[in-house]
Amino acid sequence: MHAADLETIEIDLFLNALYQRYGYDFRQYAQASIRRRIKHFQARTHYKRISDLIPAVLYDEAFAHSAIHDFSIMVTEMFRDPTFYNAVREKALPYLKTFPFIKIWHAGCATGEEVYSLAIVLQEEGLYDRATIFATDFNDSALQTAREGIYALKEIRQYTKNYQQAGGTRSFADYYHAQYESAIMEQSLKKNVTFANHNLVTDGVFSEVHLIFCRNVLIYFDKTLQNRVLNLFADSLSYGGFLCLGSKETLRFSDVQERFKVIDDHEKIYQKCTT
Amino acid sequence: MRRYQLVVMGVSAGGTTALKILLPSFPADYPLPIIVVQHLHPTQTNFLVTHFNAQCALTVKEADEKEPLLPGILYFAPPNYHLLIEPDRTLSLSIDEKVNYSRPSIDVLFESAAIVYKTGVIGVVMTGANNDGAAGLRAIKEYGGLAVVQDPATAEVPYMPQAAMAATSVDHVLPLADIGALLREKAQLLL
Repeated sequence: MHAADLETIEIDLFLNALYQRYGYDFRQYAQASIRRRIKHFQARTHYKRISDLIPAVLYDEAFAHSAIHDFSIMVTEMFRDPTFYNAVREKALPYLKTFPFIKIWHAGCATGEEVYSLAIVLQEEGLYDRATIFATDFNDSALQTAREGIYALKEIRQYTKNYQQAGGTRSFADYYHAQYESAIMEQSLKKNVTFANHNLVTDGVFSEVHLIFCRNVLIYFDKTLQNRVLNLFADSLSYGGFLCLGSKETLRFSDVQERFKVIDDHEKIYQKCTT
Repeated sequence: MRRYQLVVMGVSAGGTTALKILLPSFPADYPLPIIVVQHLHPTQTNFLVTHFNAQCALTVKEADEKEPLLPGILYFAPPNYHLLIEPDRTLSLSIDEKVNYSRPSIDVLFESAAIVYKTGVIGVVMTGANNDGAAGLRAIKEYGGLAVVQDPATAEVPYMPQAAMAATSVDHVLPLADIGALLREKAQLLL
């Protein structure tokens, strides 16, 4: 048997061990990138084979959690894909403004940069005080970073540029305080945000919401898991509620395609049909 | 039966000029899928895809996630995403950390191609100013695939081909025109 195929078996067994022992389920992740992540993790240990990681995660809880932490995707930035935020301002928010209150679910928020981006847009559009934002992720340490809202100052230059391209109406410096090498996000942005643990792979609907952000999460899942999560979103949204995906993610060919209409095909904004 | 089932290519600095010479040389019925990773600015639009689609006999498109690989189609990795190949020979995307300061990274594509296609993949590293593609080409060789590098003497920026040659024993070192001819020859049916 080819070494690569042996390794595939090892990965399979390893992910099964993680799931059965801790309930974290990566078995339906797209295989090529989870394989890279596992090998990346393994390279930082002294273990020679992926199968050597199995007893390690079964008997060493801290070790297992460092693996789980490593497998969650934490690459994000403020106003990632600036034009998307313009489209949200112009195509989704005017409809949501007609509601007395709005509930928003930011699923897979990682370290929170895009949660603060949305909070800024809501403030500028005069919607923030009516909004409740649930920002969820399965990675507790990422959530802790998100809650603190403290980011490296060196990233702010890029974020400022993104903010301007995203149709920002003020100075981006109004939204953070610089201290040493850090940018601390303005407290008022956090007021209506609840950061909470939720695992899209294993958890269910927790509230009816009017807007869901889930960007660049589905690309990591296989087709079956994508459909499970999209059904979860469709069931969580109120009629006329919006679903916003990453720029390379689509409802086309998915199980829930019929339940949504396309609001912006390029920016991947969908609205749940009212009937 | 064909000896090879897939061509993967990586270009960086000087890449657009090189691709303008190489890509139009493929016939519309080229029997293998071709995937190209080109290092571009993250906000680069799909201008190049449109341009090459007009200039080439092949169908040229930006890769979509979960898309099956088909012969006669040339797939570009979208800017700011890594492009990978799944065991069922469909494409997947990721926003994982940059590799060799690059997203998309040539190594990421090549390594996943080697794992899935093993002896059936041809990897091509062309002009560029960093060492992305070197580890990927080594993986392709390790798994029994074919390694092709643009002759550094003919490359606009020779560093990337040189880095690939230093990383593994390359099967063919050729100028662009000959790379096209070789890829057409290697795609033939085995008699």
